[in-house]
Amino acid sequence: MHIMEGFLPHPWWEIWFALSLPVVAYGVYKMNKMIKESRETLPLLAVAGAFVFVLSSLKLPSVTGSCSHPTGTGMGSIIFGPWITSVLAMIVLVYQAIFLAHGGLTTLGANTFSMGIAGPIVGYLVYKAASRSGLHLYLAVFLAATLADWATYLVTSLQLALAFPAAVGGVLSSFEAFAAVFAITQIPLAIVEGMVTALMFKYIVQLRSDVLVRMNVVSQITIKKLKEAVA
Amino acid sequence: MKMKLELLTIGVIVLFIAAFAIVSSTQNHEWSGADSQAEDVISDLTGGSYVPWFQSIYQPPSGEIESLLFALQAAIGSLIIGYFLGYYRALAKAKADKSVPVPEGKSDA
Repeated sequence: MHIMEGFLPHPWWEIWFALSLPVVAYGVYKMNKMIKESRETLPLLAVAGAFVFVLSSLKLPSVTGSCSHPTGTGMGSIIFGPWITSVLAMIVLVYQAIFLAHGGLTTLGANTFSMGIAGPIVGYLVYKAASRSGLHLYLAVFLAATLADWATYLVTSLQLALAFPAAVGGVLSSFEAFAAVFAITQIPLAIVEGMVTALMFKYIVQLRSDVLVRMNVVSQITIKKLKEAVA
Repeated sequence: MKMKLELLTIGVIVLFIAAFAIVSSTQNHEWSGADSQAEDVISDLTGGSYVPWFQSIYQPPSGEIESLLFALQAAIGSLIIGYFLGYYRALAKAKADKSVPVPEGKSDA
């Protein structure tokens, strides 16, 4: 989903920066506040950030014959919400833009928007809706992470389509062209990411369910049920 | 079953690898990055007239160095995850041990 350096013309690169920076700034504020209020969240925050680091470094081959990578943002958005996750994603994107020539500094705003904001918002909403409707916790996590990953790539396709509308058919037909590259390639990857995230979440539930309960991520009743099922 | 989610995850990964094995043995693909394929779409749409207006400030000088940096990224992430999960595990164990009544008489030592 990295839009390469210099590949977004004026005014699009500025627009995406204008949309992303306030979110990231508020995310930094929220993150500081959260850490100050409860330091016990810090290790979990580090794990969620590291999860983005690992998953977004893995370029995996897909059924379409090209490679792409998962985002890893589902986990962060479920536990900490989209605001804080946008900060985690931006850190990774800066690293990749500077050292790996992957993505870019001029396209950082757009890439932060797709991977750090749009995907996590989708993941967060899906998780809330799924867990409220009584789906099994790990199934809710799976759906949230899978759809967060996939939504990221759809948004990237849209960003490119808006900047490069086709001469015939306009934005819609170039969206189809970009989505053909990103969306199908991403489906198997998104499913794998969803599974791995659900598994990771299981370990966090086993080890620090108290923090998850206090942050209103999972209810005490759900935890009790899960522990009874294991026992 | 205790390891149900683990088994399911392994199953999905095996399917993923199988899909790759089938596609790569039956079809001819370059396995290039989707990101760079998007560049091709851009040049199709604009008739090749679009020139990126900014260049990366640093390019890894070779594919090896690029994969080194990617591996480093994954290694740092895994290290942090492993460290904290291990820390939590030991913490939970220590707490469980403590809940066993401690023999009296040590407080005045």
